[in-house]
Amino acid sequence: MIVSMTDTFEVSLWRGNAAGRYHSYEVPRRDNQTVLDVVTFVQRHLDATLSYRFACRVGMCGSCAMTVNGRPRWTCRTHVSKVAARGRVIIGPLANLPIIKDLAVDMTEFFAKWQAGKGAFVPPSPTPPPFPPPQAGEGWGGGRRRGSGSGAVPIARIAPDSPARRAADAAIECINCAVCYAACDTVRWNPSYLGPAALNRAWTLVNDERDAANPQRLAAIAADGGCYACHTHQSCQEHCPVGLNPTASIAGLKRRAVAGYLKGEIAA
Amino acid sequence: MNVRLYVWQRLTAAVIVPLALVHIGVIFYATRHGLSAAEIFGRTRGSIAWGMFYALFVAAVSIHVPIGLRTVLIEWTALDRHYCDGTAIAFGILLALAGLRAAAAVVLP
Repeated sequence: MIVSMTDTFEVSLWRGNAAGRYHSYEVPRRDNQTVLDVVTFVQRHLDATLSYRFACRVGMCGSCAMTVNGRPRWTCRTHVSKVAARGRVIIGPLANLPIIKDLAVDMTEFFAKWQAGKGAFVPPSPTPPPFPPPQAGEGWGGGRRRGSGSGAVPIARIAPDSPARRAADAAIECINCAVCYAACDTVRWNPSYLGPAALNRAWTLVNDERDAANPQRLAAIAADGGCYACHTHQSCQEHCPVGLNPTASIAGLKRRAVAGYLKGEIAA
Repeated sequence: MNVRLYVWQRLTAAVIVPLALVHIGVIFYATRHGLSAAEIFGRTRGSIAWGMFYALFVAAVSIHVPIGLRTVLIEWTALDRHYCDGTAIAFGILLALAGLRAAAAVVLP
């Protein structure tokens, strides 16, 4: 591929591990160019050893987040023209996560905290087989899950406009990009803090009346490193690329856990 | 911070706020009226009300402050978590002793 370099700008990319440094590259300027386009250009035309992570390129998968001119951003939906301060772009790995190489960070800790915050849906017991096939004369939406034996578990009907459903809706569209985690001061200061994304996820499940693990979930998020470590700086809300407000979710968890504690539902 | 510490910190804050306002109001009153130390002691010594007021104030502060101090130590130092707990508890005890001693000097006859 022949690239015209008549109109170019300088981009600095982090190279190496935590002890690495920024390297500068001259890249062509294009209309509607995203930061991810720039990184991809460098990798494909200037230095094939550059490591970075992306998948969907349309803001759905949450894998391409990086630090762009000092702010954590989703690079596939960030136009260079929006962030180029004085025509220069500096791209580094996300903060608060160990650097694997170049622009790729190790997300293990981030997702481990999702699990520590009980971020997985737990169906009521006895657990029915997942998605039992409809039988003759029956559609998928029968409103009753058939168990494998005598313990059929009904599926709760959730009114779309119920307060709990609305609260879950407001937080449900997280794409796991870790931008909030990288932007959070408390994560930087307190390594045991679960972080905004994990707590936001917990809040969606706390509001899911079909979930059967809320006592354990509330105990997990009410412990040291849980929601009470949050200082309400609201960096997560400020930086969230999809416009969520994890701070509000964490505030909801604080209220819910206090109520549980005062009722004796949470041992602390 | 866990939910137990959070509840204690909020409850003690709710106690401290009105007591602190009264305390500051008393300071303004004493200075604006030019009360001498002897005149102040004349009103506070032997007063059960002022004794209970400041005993409650000191107790609330002695619980509230160490909880916050513990968080500061956890976030701003590399100290072991148990060391942070111990330091915060020791500081709370120090606050309680110093505060109760000061309150006793003001209210005991």
